[in-house]
Amino acid sequence: MASSKNIIALKSILHKEIHRFMRIWVQTLVPPAITISLYFVIFGSLIGARIGEMAGFDYMSFIVPGLIMMSVITNSYSNVASSFFSAKWQRNVEEMLVAPVPNWVIVAGYVGGGMARGILVGGIVTLVAMFFVDIQIHSFAIIIITVALTSATFALGGLINAIFAGSFDDISIIPTFILTPLTYLGGVFYSISLLPEFWQGVSQINPIVYMVNAFRYGFLGISDVSLIHSFAVLGIFIVSLYTIAMVLISKGIGLRS
Amino acid sequence: MPSALAISGLEKTYKGGFHALKGIELNVEQGDFFALLGPNGAGKSTTIGIITSLVNKTAGKVSVFGHDIDLELEQAKSFIGLVPQEFNFNQFEPIMKILLNQAGYYGVERSIALGRAEKYLKQLDLWDKRNEPARQLSGGMKRRLMIARALMHEPKILILDEPTAGVDIELRRSMWNFLRELNQQGITIILTTHYLEEAEMLCRNIAIIDSGIIVENTDMKSLLAKLDIETFVFDLKPSTALQSFKQFNARAVDDHTLEVDVKKSQTINRVFDELNKHGLDVLSMRNKSNRLEELFVNLVGRGQLADENVVKEK
Repeated sequence: MASSKNIIALKSILHKEIHRFMRIWVQTLVPPAITISLYFVIFGSLIGARIGEMAGFDYMSFIVPGLIMMSVITNSYSNVASSFFSAKWQRNVEEMLVAPVPNWVIVAGYVGGGMARGILVGGIVTLVAMFFVDIQIHSFAIIIITVALTSATFALGGLINAIFAGSFDDISIIPTFILTPLTYLGGVFYSISLLPEFWQGVSQINPIVYMVNAFRYGFLGISDVSLIHSFAVLGIFIVSLYTIAMVLISKGIGLRS
Repeated sequence: MPSALAISGLEKTYKGGFHALKGIELNVEQGDFFALLGPNGAGKSTTIGIITSLVNKTAGKVSVFGHDIDLELEQAKSFIGLVPQEFNFNQFEPIMKILLNQAGYYGVERSIALGRAEKYLKQLDLWDKRNEPARQLSGGMKRRLMIARALMHEPKILILDEPTAGVDIELRRSMWNFLRELNQQGITIILTTHYLEEAEMLCRNIAIIDSGIIVENTDMKSLLAKLDIETFVFDLKPSTALQSFKQFNARAVDDHTLEVDVKKSQTINRVFDELNKHGLDVLSMRNKSNRLEELFVNLVGRGQLADENVVKEK
C-alpha cells in the first residue's frame, strides 16, 4: 500500500482510538483526576506535612512528578489493553486484519491512541496538582521526551497483554499484580537513596524507577539514577516491546486461527 | 487476464488436529457470480478466512487477481470486500463512523469516503440510521451495514458468507437485486449460503464443498442438468381415487394433494394422461423442492462416502 494510504489508515486508527476514550471520558479521564486529588490530600497535605523534606524539596513537590507519571503509565497501558481486547472480543479487529493495513500501522495506531490518553491524563493530573503545589519546571524538553517514551512503552505493553488475553480478566492481571507493585516501588513516594543498599540494588532492576526519576529530573532537576541510563532503559524497552508486538501480530497470535 | 480468485492445493489443519481443508482447487473468473456451497463444517468459512487472511493456511496457493497472498498480501487484500457470517463491527459506534473507519483502513480519503457512505447507505436503506449506534439496528439492517462496509473501498471481488441468514423474504429479495446490480457493474461475487434457491437464482457457477473436499465444481446449468428426477406436487379436486393412484411413485399427502416423481426421460403430459384416466382433476401444480437442494443432498452424501473411504484406506 502506498505510503499516503498508510498515513490515512494510521489517522483512521488514531482517530478511532482517541474518539473512543473521549466518548467515555467519565470512565477514562475523570477517575485519574479524582484518584490523584486524593493522593495529594492524603499523602501530600496530611501525611506529607509530617514527613518534611525529601531530597531537598517539600514532600508534596517531590511526589508530584511520580504521581503524574503513575497516571501516564496506568492510562496508556489500560487504554490499549482494553481497546484492543474489546476489538478482539467483538471481532471488529477483523476490519483491520482484512484490510491492506501493514502491521506497523496497526501497532502505531493503537500505541498512538494509548499515548494520547496517557499524555492527556498526565496533563489533567498536572492541572489538578497546580491546586496543591507550585509546580516548577527544570527542563520542559526532558518532561516531554520522558512522558512520550514512557507512554509509548506502556502502550506497547498493553497491546501485547491484549494480544495474549483470552478474557477481560486477563487484561487486569498484569496491571494488578505487576504494574501497580512496580509503580509503588518505583520511587514515586520516596527517593531510593533512602533504602538500604541491598534494596537500592533491587530497585535498579525496576524499569519504572528510571522513568519516574527522569520525569522528576524534568521538574525538579534531581534524579536517583543517571538520565542516560533512564533513556537507555526506555529505548531498550520500546525496541523490545515493539519487536515482540510486531512478531505476534505478523504470526497472528491470538488473532488468526 | 488473471482469475479473480485462484486456489490450488489449499490445506488447513487446525491446532487440535482437525483437517478442515484437504487440497481445495478452485478458480473463479472475473465478473463471475459464484456460489460456494456446503453443509455446516464443510470448510466454506475456513476457505474464506484463508482468502481474507483471517485464517493461516497449512499449505497451498491463493491468488487474488493474480496477486499471491504469500508474496503480495496487501495488494491481494485491496481487491477483496468481505461480508462475514457473524456481525463483527463495533456495536457502540455509529454506523457512519464504522463505514468511514473501514474506508480509512483501505486508504480512502475522507471526502471520498463520505460520498460513498452516503451512496451505499441510501441504496441499502440505512441513511436515516447513519448516526445511530450499530447495536440499535435490527438483524437485517446489520447485515446490510456489513455489505455497505465491504463496499467502501470499491472492491473488485465481494465475498459474502451467508449474507441473508435470518433476513426476511422481502429484504432478502431486495438484497438479491442489489447484489445482481453490483455483479452487472463488474464486481465478481462469491457467495456462500444455506438458501439453495438463492444460489440457483443468483449464481452462474458453483462449487460444492464437503468435509474439506470440492465434490462438484461446474456451471449452474450443467449441474441442474444432472438432476435425473424432479418431484411435482399436484393440487387436485378431493377424490377417493387419489389413494389408488400409484404411477410415477405417487404419494397421496391428503385427499387432494399428490406428489409424483418424474424422470427426465418422461414427460409431464404422461402424468396428466394418467390422472385423467383416474378421473382426477388438476387445480394447480408446482415443484416440490428446489432442484438444487436435491442435487446438493446427493452430492454431499457422495462426499461423505468418499471421506469414509479415505478413512477406511488409512
